[in-house]
Amino acid sequence: MIDVVVLFFLFGLAAGLARSDLKLPSALYDSLSLILLLAIGLKGGEGLAKQALAPLLPQLGAVILLGVAQTFIAFAILRGLGRLGRADAASMAAHYGSVSVATFAVGVNWLLVRDIEFEPQMAVFLAIMEVPAILIGIVLARGVSRDTDWRALGHEAFLGKGVTLLLGGMAIGWIAGPDGLAPIKGVFFDLFKGALALFLLEMGLIVSRQVGELKRRGLFIVAFGLGMPLLSALLGLATGLALGLSPGGLTLLATLAASASYIAVPAAMRLAVPEANPALSLAAVLGVTFPFNILAGIPLYHALATQFTGATP
Amino acid sequence: MTLPTEKRTLLTIVTEAVVEQTLLRDLDRLGVRGYTVSDARGKGSRGVRDAAWEEAANVRVEVICERAQAEDVLRHLQARYYADYAMVAFLAEIEVLRPEKF
Repeated sequence: MIDVVVLFFLFGLAAGLARSDLKLPSALYDSLSLILLLAIGLKGGEGLAKQALAPLLPQLGAVILLGVAQTFIAFAILRGLGRLGRADAASMAAHYGSVSVATFAVGVNWLLVRDIEFEPQMAVFLAIMEVPAILIGIVLARGVSRDTDWRALGHEAFLGKGVTLLLGGMAIGWIAGPDGLAPIKGVFFDLFKGALALFLLEMGLIVSRQVGELKRRGLFIVAFGLGMPLLSALLGLATGLALGLSPGGLTLLATLAASASYIAVPAAMRLAVPEANPALSLAAVLGVTFPFNILAGIPLYHALATQFTGATP
Repeated sequence: MTLPTEKRTLLTIVTEAVVEQTLLRDLDRLGVRGYTVSDARGKGSRGVRDAAWEEAANVRVEVICERAQAEDVLRHLQARYYADYAMVAFLAEIEVLRPEKF
């Protein structure tokens, strides 16, 4: 049974493809993404308060390595098989090494609807995995040169809107705990699914605009947009198994690995590697990978996760 | 009675919202004393930029200054941004009151 939030995505996609006048105010889109990011952060922080933090450190190292490895693999594939130029390949690899909050939120919703538990540190992984791919992508495009303004880029990478809201939400959740969060539960937890549904409606509209670009780019981009998340998901599952995550946690780590950024990375790459064509990466990420992950990927990753852990689904 | 106006140059820049911060830093560094930024949308050689979401948003930056300074800024824009970013910049002669502001 398809999740109701995904139906909103399909509705947006259909309306966009039919060239409907439907348009969400951009302030609403911003507000929804703010609610989603804070909700994910708060939930994670609340869970983290119940456990020791020291054992998390090696796990963080592992997911950073995962993001770095994905970026290098994507770069090699894009250069070798795709015959892309250095800048385009590096920029697109950074998109695929990083993560998408929207995809993660759909994964969380998928598990919530089915009452499947997952570890609270998944929210930390989400925040952590956004950054390394950006830095690797820049190095792959530029080499380590003295001209690179690392301070500005570091600022862009670590203090972007997404990471700031996630970490802020986590800190508040961690300090306040379940009792402290009770008064604001209505906005952030009860509204989560409704906010996600509206957000995905807008995502459907955004994705529908990529179709023209996708037609121009041809088969390789479509193949990469489908193949890369599958490969990344397997890497994510392997990492999760090594970390001893539950099936729910494995599903989310695979989803994170498979997802590709379409907000933080495009903005950072536009500034740091301006000669890369942003339309190329966005066509693959939004036109192929995002819809694939939320429609087929997440259930598939969960099936694989239960298979690997030997748990009954 | 004619107003005591003086001639200045209006430099208008329409470009991607993503470069706004870098661009404003450049303007400050080039000694520009003030500017106005507004959100914009439109269509050009880089396709439709309808501001439906962050990646497709434009800004319009307007600067009023002396002709020589406007040309300096324009030269800098051409060298730094024209190749890789969606950017249109143009000059217009205008008349202002209170010339000491610009």
